[in-house]
Amino acid sequence: MSIFDDNKETRRPPLRAQNVPDASARRKADKTAEAANKDSQSSGSGEPFYSLNDDRRVKVLSPGALVAKRFFRNRLAVVGLSILIFMFLFSFVGGLVSPYAEDEFFYRDESINKEFAAVTENTEFRYMAKDPSKFGSPVQAQTMLAIQKGLTGFSYGGNHYTMTQEGEDFYAISSGDTVVGIAYKDIVNSSLDGQKLDFDFVYAALKAYAARVQEGTAEEPAPLVFTAAGTEYTIEADGSVLNGTDEVAYISRYIVQAIMPDVFLSRDFKEKLIDTIAAGETKFVYADESAVPGDETAGTDPDEESGGIAVMDDGLVQEEQPASATAEYTIERSQNHANWIIRKQQTSRQYDSYSFPSAKHWFGTDKYGMDMLTRLMYGGRVSLMIGFIVIIIQTVLGVILGGLAGYFGGWVDDLIMRLVDIFYCIPSMPIILILGAAMDQQRVDPGKRLIYLMLILGVLGWAGIARLVRGQILSLREQEFMTATEACGIRVRSRIFKHLIPNVIPQLIVNCTMGLGSVIITEATLSFLGLGVKFPFASWGNIINDVNNTHVLTTYWFIWIPAGVLLLLTVLAFNLVGDGLRDAFDPKMKR
Amino acid sequence: MRKYILKRILISIVILFFVGFLIYALMRCLPTSYIENMARQKSMQPGSKSFEEWMAQLTTMYNMDKSIIPGYFAWLGNALRGQFGDSWFYTVPVLEKFNDCIWLSFAMGGIAFLLEVLIAIPLGIIAATKQYSRADYTISILALAGISLPTFFFASLLKLVFSVKLGWFDLFGLVGRNYNQLSAWGQFLDKAHHLVLPVVTLVVISVGSLMRYTRTNMLEVLNADYIRTARAKGLSERKVVYHHAFRNTLIPLVTIIGGSLPGLFSGALITETLFAIPGIGYISYQAMIAGDIPFSMFYLVFLSVLTLLGNLIADILYAVVDPRVRIA
Repeated sequence: MSIFDDNKETRRPPLRAQNVPDASARRKADKTAEAANKDSQSSGSGEPFYSLNDDRRVKVLSPGALVAKRFFRNRLAVVGLSILIFMFLFSFVGGLVSPYAEDEFFYRDESINKEFAAVTENTEFRYMAKDPSKFGSPVQAQTMLAIQKGLTGFSYGGNHYTMTQEGEDFYAISSGDTVVGIAYKDIVNSSLDGQKLDFDFVYAALKAYAARVQEGTAEEPAPLVFTAAGTEYTIEADGSVLNGTDEVAYISRYIVQAIMPDVFLSRDFKEKLIDTIAAGETKFVYADESAVPGDETAGTDPDEESGGIAVMDDGLVQEEQPASATAEYTIERSQNHANWIIRKQQTSRQYDSYSFPSAKHWFGTDKYGMDMLTRLMYGGRVSLMIGFIVIIIQTVLGVILGGLAGYFGGWVDDLIMRLVDIFYCIPSMPIILILGAAMDQQRVDPGKRLIYLMLILGVLGWAGIARLVRGQILSLREQEFMTATEACGIRVRSRIFKHLIPNVIPQLIVNCTMGLGSVIITEATLSFLGLGVKFPFASWGNIINDVNNTHVLTTYWFIWIPAGVLLLLTVLAFNLVGDGLRDAFDPKMKR
Repeated sequence: MRKYILKRILISIVILFFVGFLIYALMRCLPTSYIENMARQKSMQPGSKSFEEWMAQLTTMYNMDKSIIPGYFAWLGNALRGQFGDSWFYTVPVLEKFNDCIWLSFAMGGIAFLLEVLIAIPLGIIAATKQYSRADYTISILALAGISLPTFFFASLLKLVFSVKLGWFDLFGLVGRNYNQLSAWGQFLDKAHHLVLPVVTLVVISVGSLMRYTRTNMLEVLNADYIRTARAKGLSERKVVYHHAFRNTLIPLVTIIGGSLPGLFSGALITETLFAIPGIGYISYQAMIAGDIPFSMFYLVFLSVLTLLGNLIADILYAVVDPRVRIA
């Protein structure tokens, strides 16, 4: 049975009996084959008939074809291979198909109700001194006290001050005959941006205004006239103070203040706003003519992370505000009813971060508003590429050194094997971590970093392959075909590389396939710790890195689970294929 | 036998010497300007020496004024006397910090290892005895999946399921919030509770390879001639498997288990970091990231010693268990 079994791949009947594992089944199959042959003979077709022990019956397969055949018979290995093919297509073709670039940011417009202005009805007396250095806050305090007590005068600092009520909620404080200060509730605002009104003007205006309010029996009182600093001003019914036809100030009991210091609110805006408030509405629409503040778009800057991210622009797009936009405001009375808060609907653009999967972004977007699916594709590309390059470096080093050691033996062998021992012993993960941290400190360019990473991984990992190659060559070297090559006078170099190494290749391929998986895991772990592949490059590891943020771990599963699953599948597939290849190369090893 | 062991130990020492040198050279080549930073900080303190003086003192203290080779010998001399210097990051002697955290790592590694052995060996044997059955395929695939699982991904999944969704465990740390109020027994339970997820992670990640190893070796033994003989003489399958085959499988298993014993001290760098368990792995991770040369040096050399010790134990055990090897 054993003889048959060993040759089962090479000696097989021409028909049907392709997958027969043991001898008894084979015999059965042979019979059917014979029967089939007889059939074909009788029907006269051209199929030649060979007797059972005719050599031509045997279909000879090349060793490679045999391996392939055995490989494809292994279901797990085929599953692994399909996963790998999918991963390669996903990573290398996917990036080309994807409409987005590796580091393309997406933004979203977010409308926020931002506090825009506050309106307060003035219920407190305000005080204005003619000469603030002389009649400053002490006098103010005394005035307030006097008003509260209903006094008509007070003494302070040896001076006597008289208070004259000039109108409702309007007092003039005089020392002797000169008016030194006024206390008032109606506020005179300058209509011009940033211009301060002087005492005389305010006093005159308020005086005139108070007089009108007192007389104000008529529905439409005639414009009042007052003079200040030699100019004649008129006060309109609505409180505007005109210098001829130009408005210079207006009087109102409401104070409208913008929340942002650099916003100037126009008179018109304030008045309409106050009207709306008086009407008790909560919505206010104002068609902006240009005077009203330009929109301050304050996008939230995504928290910048260390290192690579700093390269990015802040990524905020200032929204273009049309010259006369109609903005909607909401008015809301504050809790203590002292004032009203005006909120403005503002839209700001910011990174479309952590948006859930949608038709536009099948796997959602990550922290910086980059398309996850595209990142995964490019990440796969980087992970696979690093895996392959590292394995190539390891294999080249390992085969050369292992080959030399195995072939020459003696002191060369001793030397190289001690070197292998040393490299075996060096704890590679901590060393890579230290180097990664050092590169962080030096702010190494991410592209260069990628290359260093591959070199380091390659140089630290060749020892295993060298050991394997040496062991194989030690046993192969003693075999007859090597004696034959020596007898033929073939050069040493081609003896090693043409006759010995090809015999090691099966084990080498198996080892490399398995190794690829572990290199990919190592790289992913490093990137996960933030010491491997850096932005702008994606890698499955640094995509999962976001999970360090507990909020992402709990809420945004789509950020890290797909990357982890891809990683797991890829490594698993490499291991399955490696297993399958080992069984296929050496069926006797199949266990 | 004694000669063999002696030879192996000598070789190990030579290897260790060179490994130490390589690590030292690497650490010296790092462009970390930590010493300068430290000197600057110290010189800032009121009434302190000038920056240059501190710089000179610190460089002498850490042998940074010598070139690499004399510096290495100076370091080696100190190390042989058990002086590994003060950790820069933790500002305590390296050995003190090491003593603080090594036993936690050892406990964690030990429990995980015990569980691994208890799970892997029976499952590996079942897989081998029922080769190509459904059980075998399941076990093999699970083992491979365990090997292929990236630690950080698996740990995150565990956290998501057991900490966030079910709320059974804390996300990070070794002790809970009310640790100080607990009794001694309660403190022990609290720690044990916090170690569950890390240990599960460790077991799942590393059980696969031991399982596969057991299966492979068991299969090899089951195909041996003496098993055929045992079957031929009519022994029950049970006796064949658990009496004749299993004992022979133990040879490589004991070797590999013995060899991995020193590794229990090395700590699980990634797992400890993920769960913020202050074992040797996490402590040295932080030290390494901060460019703490004395601690990193110590940790790296410590790991190398463990690796060499593991190999040594494996080789010696192999020779002890299997007399055929002793000839070498």
